[in-house]
Amino acid sequence: MEEVPQGCPGTGSAQAGRGASCQGCPNQRLCASGAGAAPDPAIEEIKEKMKTVKHKILVLSGKGGVGKSTFSAHLAHGLAEDENTQVALLDIDICGPSIPKIMGLEGEQFVEDNLGVMSVGFLLSSPDDAVIWRGPKKNGMIKQFLRDVDWGEVDYLIVDTPPGTSDEHLSAVQYLSAAHIDGAVIITTPQEVSLQDVRKEINFCHKVKLPIIGVVENMSVFICPKCKKETQIFPPTTGGAEVMCQDLKIPLLGKVPLDPHIGKSCDKGQSFLMDAPDSPATFAYRSIIQRIQEFCGHHPPKEEHFLSS
Amino acid sequence: MEAAVGVRHIILVLSGKGGVGKSTISTELALALRHAGKKVGILDVDLCGPSIPRMLRAQGRAVHQCDSGWVPVFVDQEQSISLMSVGFLLESPDEAVVWRGPKKNALIKQFVADVAWGQLDYLVVDTPPGTSDEHMAAVEALRPYSPLGALVVTTPQAVSVGDVRRELTFCRKTGLQVVGVVENMSGFVCPHCAECTNVFSRGGGEVLASLAGVPFLGSVPLDPELTRSLEEGQDFIRDFPKSPAFPALFSIAQKVMSEAPARLS
Repeated sequence: MEEVPQGCPGTGSAQAGRGASCQGCPNQRLCASGAGAAPDPAIEEIKEKMKTVKHKILVLSGKGGVGKSTFSAHLAHGLAEDENTQVALLDIDICGPSIPKIMGLEGEQFVEDNLGVMSVGFLLSSPDDAVIWRGPKKNGMIKQFLRDVDWGEVDYLIVDTPPGTSDEHLSAVQYLSAAHIDGAVIITTPQEVSLQDVRKEINFCHKVKLPIIGVVENMSVFICPKCKKETQIFPPTTGGAEVMCQDLKIPLLGKVPLDPHIGKSCDKGQSFLMDAPDSPATFAYRSIIQRIQEFCGHHPPKEEHFLSS
Repeated sequence: MEAAVGVRHIILVLSGKGGVGKSTISTELALALRHAGKKVGILDVDLCGPSIPRMLRAQGRAVHQCDSGWVPVFVDQEQSISLMSVGFLLESPDEAVVWRGPKKNALIKQFVADVAWGQLDYLVVDTPPGTSDEHMAAVEALRPYSPLGALVVTTPQAVSVGDVRRELTFCRKTGLQVVGVVENMSGFVCPHCAECTNVFSRGGGEVLASLAGVPFLGSVPLDPELTRSLEEGQDFIRDFPKSPAFPALFSIAQKVMSEAPARLS
């Protein structure tokens, strides 16, 4: 019985495809042909394209359904409220592209003059169309989004990702490796089942040397619209994001309470920040957005590569 | 002879959307089937986010080998629920499985072909969100065993329904029968004033089922006791029969059992 190669020498190594541990690996022939060793020319092309993009932020989570797309959309809305700030939102969740729905877009790419969106969702002809692609094809699409879309002069490019630590995440980091990513915002909910996956995502960031701007704890507390009392629907049995961030020495950017209006705004494709300006959730979002802007302002782009090849 | 031949019925739990409660529903379905006297296995093919070991208090257990392959981990003394997950193969629970598609496919094939499940009434297969490598690998590897079908999980809001419609297309394209749609996180009853709030909007599950022409199996409400119970690896079905979530979960299990035709072994 074969196990997946544990002693994998790495696709860039001279031993790639040739080592003893390569026997039986599905990638063996590809590695042995040397395809893994040469850097993808697209990386340089993307670096050029990204010269007009000042700040790039990845929104990640190991866990699904914690509110990455909701957060990405509202980060974009919040930043774009200043009409002098050009914002672009790129949705690389190929199988589950939520951004068009949340932004209220049916094919048009501009929500406002200064807020543009790109998603595979725009390329599908029907809402039932499934994108049943394996890794390599998804990677190709991500490369195209980064290299072939004319981003223009953009202050903030926000990249919304699917849950997990797989092809999409590796490709996004790889293709943007020469272009400097400011950092990642990691979304979680309070319960351990989420934190468990988020710790893996944090490890992923460390592995690929992606700076972490901080963690957002979403769905923190529910405030009953009738009696205004608080309940923790997703109990932080292991201390929630606060304890995790203390343990891992990562900034906690903020906690967003569960407001049923958020789901409704997303369903209607509207900005929750505009729909419910007095909600505690809106205050939380705005404070988090400000901290992200401060981080980007204090960490200007450098010229060197951030991913070792 | 391949290892899954003693399994009578295989059911996949799918969703296009993340975080709707696939692992929760998979675990609760397995517990409910066990309470109905069935022998159940759970196969967790979410390689990046394997949630089930914790839900059944089986983290850190080792996987042993026997002549017919890997021995699945029994989560109870009576050995009525067995589990296989990549979670058992990691050196530490925080270790990230950062694999591209082909490597994930290879492990999933092994999980189906090389795990000695033994005689099981039901094998519940929990999946990650999406319609990609893991799903194609699982369907291909399980096809020779004629799965009963798929349970598709959504939450009420449109953003979830939008993704889950695509998952239903995936089922159609791969010839996987849909046993039904489950709507999870359907409303929350405030413990202080009993007001029911639609925290994640409303209506999506029934809309989805009717759009796709598949049965609607029921709505499971939000219950913090259920969440806490899963965090702590408790048997929710045994411990919380008075929970608002219990009737829905029990009814879903009954519907799955009624779908399973009598099969000659």
